[in-house]
This record gives sequence, C-alpha cells and structure tokens, in this order.
Amino acid sequence: MNVVFHFNYWVAMVLLTIGLYIVIARGNLVKKLVGLSIFQTSVYLLYISAGKIIGGTPPIIAEGFTIYSNPLPHVLILTAIVVGVATLALGLALVVRIQEAYGTIEEDEIQRQDEEP
Amino acid sequence: MIAIHFPALQVVVPLLAAPLCVIVRNARAAWLIALAVSWAMLYVATGLLAEALSAGVISYRLGSWAPPWGIEYRVDPVNGLLLVLVSFVGAVVMTFSRASVDHEVPRSQHHLFYAAYLLCLSGLLGIAVTGDAFNIFVFLEISSLATYILIAMGRDRRALTASYQYLIMGTIGATFIVIGIGLLYLMTGTLNLADLAQRVPQVEHTRPVLAALAFLTVGISLKLALFPLHLWLPNAYAYAPSMVTAFVAATATKVAVYLLLRFFFTVFGASFVLEQVQVPAILLVLSLAAMFVASTVAIYQDDLKRMLAYSSVAQIGYITLGVSTASATGLTATLVHLLNHGVTKGALFLLLGCMALRVDRVTIASIRGIGRTMPLTTFGVVLGGFSLIGVPTTVGFVSKWYLVLAALERGWWWLAVLILLSSLLAVVYMWRVVEAAYFKEPAPRARKVTEAPLSMLLPAWALVAACIYFGLDTRLTVGVATQAAQLLMGGTP
Repeated sequence: MNVVFHFNYWVAMVLLTIGLYIVIARGNLVKKLVGLSIFQTSVYLLYISAGKIIGGTPPIIAEGFTIYSNPLPHVLILTAIVVGVATLALGLALVVRIQEAYGTIEEDEIQRQDEEP
Repeated sequence: MIAIHFPALQVVVPLLAAPLCVIVRNARAAWLIALAVSWAMLYVATGLLAEALSAGVISYRLGSWAPPWGIEYRVDPVNGLLLVLVSFVGAVVMTFSRASVDHEVPRSQHHLFYAAYLLCLSGLLGIAVTGDAFNIFVFLEISSLATYILIAMGRDRRALTASYQYLIMGTIGATFIVIGIGLLYLMTGTLNLADLAQRVPQVEHTRPVLAALAFLTVGISLKLALFPLHLWLPNAYAYAPSMVTAFVAATATKVAVYLLLRFFFTVFGASFVLEQVQVPAILLVLSLAAMFVASTVAIYQDDLKRMLAYSSVAQIGYITLGVSTASATGLTATLVHLLNHGVTKGALFLLLGCMALRVDRVTIASIRGIGRTMPLTTFGVVLGGFSLIGVPTTVGFVSKWYLVLAALERGWWWLAVLILLSSLLAVVYMWRVVEAAYFKEPAPRARKVTEAPLSMLLPAWALVAACIYFGLDTRLTVGVATQAAQLLMGGTP
C-alpha cells in the first residue's frame, strides 16, 4: 500500500538511478549527456509532484474552492529547467569541440589518444 | 546611501558588466571593465565585512519583500570573510591577467573570456551573500557554467575533456544539492536559511531530513573536491589558462566549503550534525586520506600545475579536518586555512602563470635552472611552498598551529602527529621544484628566458607578501575567524 501511495517518488528515484547509471556506464559523450538530462529531470518530478495536493486547484482565489496546490515548486523547477537546458547546451558544445579536436566522442578512444605522445 | 544596497551590488554589478563585455567586443575595453568591477567589488566586500563585524548581521530584502517570503541577502562575519577573500583574489588575478591572457587565449575571444570571468565572480559572490537555499543552487550553477567555459579556453585540447568531466561531475553535485534542498523544503515549507534553522529541529529525526543531510553533504563534497570525489580537479586545474587556475583554485572550492559549513552549522545545527549523526567521523577519515594520498600522488607529478592541484586536494583535507574535530578551535582552524590556502594557492598559480609565459608548459624538466633566469618568480614559488608546508612566519603555519591545537584539545595527540607527518610530504614535493629550479643544469629554453613583466610579477608578489604578512600579524585573520567560528557553533546566524 505504501509503495502505491508513494508512486510518484518511486518514479523519480528510479529515473534518478537510471540517469546516473547511464552517466557512469556509457562511454559515448553524447549518451552521457542524455543520462545527465534524465538524472536532472527526475528531480523536477520530485519537486512538482510534492507541490500537487489531491483535490487541489490552481492557486487562484475563487468561490467554492478551498484547497490549493502549492505553486512555488513549479516556479523553482522552471528555474531548474533553464539551468538544465544551459548545462546540456554547454555540454553538447564541448562535445562538438572535442569531436573537432580528437575526431571521436568515445571516451576510451580519447583516452588512448591522450596517452600516445 | 548606496551602502544600504551593498549586498545586492555584490551580485548585480558583475552580472550586468558581463553582457557589457560581450557588447563592446574589444579585448582591452573588456579587460578594463572586468578590472574596474573586480576592484569595486573588493571595496564593497570590505565595507560589508566591516559592518558585519560591528553590527552583527546585515539583512537585505531583495525588492523589499520581507523574509521568509522574499529573498533575503544576509551577511554575517562568516560569509563577510568569504566575500572579501573571493573579491580580493578576483581583483589581484584581474590585475595580473592581461599579459597572461594575451599569451594563452586567442585575442578574438578575449571579450567573451572576461564576460565568463565576470559571471563566475557574480555566481561565487552570490553563493556567499544569499540567505536563500534555492538561490544558492542558481548561483552555484551560474558560477559552475562560467567555470566550465573558462577551463575549456585552455590551449591544450585536454582542457576540453577536463571541462567536460568537470561539467558531468559538477552537475551531479549540483543536482544532489537541489535534491537536498527540495527535501528540506518538503519537510519545512521554507527556503530561507534562517527560517530553516528554526524549523529543521522540529523534524530533525525524520528520514527525509536525514536524506537531505546526506544528499547535501555528498553534493557539496563533490563541489569542494573532498578526497574520493576530487577526480575532476587535477585535470581541470592543469589544463585551464593560468589566470583561471589561480582564480578557481583560490575561490571556487573555498565557497563550497563555506556552503558545507553553512548547512552543517546554521541549517542543521551543530549538535545535530556533530553529535547525533556522527558526520565528523566520516569527515575525519576522508580528510586524513586526502592529506596523505593526494600529497603522495603530488610527489610523482611532473607537471607543476597538476602537482599543485593534487596539493589542493590535500589542503582541502586540512580544511575539512578542522570541521571533524567538532570544536570551536577546529572551526577557527578551518576558516583560517580557508583564507590562507586561498591566498597561498592563488600566489603559487599566478607565479606558475609567470613561468608559463616564458616556457609554455611548466614541468619539472622545463624549469630546470630557471632560478637563475627568473629569480623573482622562483623565489616567490619557494616562499609559497614554505606556506604550503607550514613553515613558521608564513600563513600556512598559523592554520596548522590552530589545527594541532584543536587536535590536542580533544586529546587526539595521534592526529597532531599525523598533521606533522603529512606536512613532510609537502616538503618532498616542493623540494623537487626547488631542486630543479636552483640545482639542475639549465634546460635549453630556461637559459634564454627573461623575468616576467612587472604587470604580472607585482600582483603575484602581492599575494606572496600577503602570505608572509598574515603569517606574522594574525590579528585580522584569526580575530575574524574566531568570531565567525563562535557564531557557527552558537547555531543561529
């Protein structure tokens, strides 16, 4: 019963683990960034789902509605999404530069090239 | 009149100056803007620290919204000290940077380089000045994203992979910090640090709060490069442009240490973190591992920047060791070493920047005999090395003295012995530099080099002089640090 009750948190934690696993296990630099994005997205879910109250409406005062959802987590996560996009963009830009400098985006290939000279 | 708005100016001025640098598109003008802003921020920071020392806490309401609903900027002696450190290093490094950046960064990118530096400065000052937990995350990401860009501007292509690695690790760290802040918010319904400090004790034994402490500790430890989480640091420091290494090494990890202190002592409270959850035991083991493992690895490095990077990891061990003694004396040692190591490493990396101007890659082989051709630079490195080791009359001695005092206060004489033993490792790696620079036959390139220009030597020597001055006159540093440590142990900010 408890597991079902905390379903949203379970989803967030599973996504968190999947994302972190991809970052660690994959050697491809773009795939690592995909993992990083999933990892960050799981945190958005953690915040957003906590702000929702069952039966709550958007926080606009009107007659007949007494329970409101908390809008603050949405605002916070809007900021976090912007940060996430910026990070992804910078990460991809770095990968482009790495591709130009090394001719590959595989981690082990890059390591081999660095060890050669 | 304007002094009321000093807390906001710390963030706003560099933040607005950054796009200005991009708009002017001129290398010299961008440098002048960055230089002026850096020195202005130092002036503002010293004003804030002086006021915080006399008046206690300065609270600034952003947009006049009353805390805890609005965002509050809050300056007390702890973060006042940090603001002064960050802006002081920023001002000195900016004065130094023109010749160094001309040499290491393509001229067409200079205005972007200085814009990224200003964003980084703004982020670091923002983390220190803000009293809002989510604000901390935003500023952390501003400074981190700017740092990734600055590191990637290094000439070596390995700077790109170093920056990428730092981006991955840094983002994981920052995300952990958001999770921690989120869990605290879910349990207390507030993001204001002072408000959190009052509400956390009511729920401190619930599992989410413990999880929040764990996430925050690991996330911040990634940012401050605590021993097993330091893997991003050596490459990032080694391949970044010299000026960036000096700035980041002296400020970024120190700001992360401040965050750790802020969350441990202000938000969770000293008794909860130190006595009930036993965080010090973990910190003690990791700090000792950092001191010995990183110092030993430093001995085997041929690249001097890499060697000092590993030395930084070891020195961070000393900083966290002060926290793990769980006493006011230990915290004083932490805060003093925070300042001292910032100044020392800033000086050393700037001097390596002087050498890099002449010999490009600064390795044990390339600096052979350089003591004869660049005497001032090399002598500065030796004095900085003394400070790393902890020779009396340097700042390094002052912080180790307090660290040993804190260990003896707890009756841990074995810890005092270990601190002294690990200092000997610093002797070994600094001796390799001295030996190469003074006693080896000059390398062909080192024979022809000349002393670095005054515009670089003066700022670097200013930091070296600060190492000696604060080693002799400890009233300012130790005085402020003691007051700040008592404030942290007392609980409320």
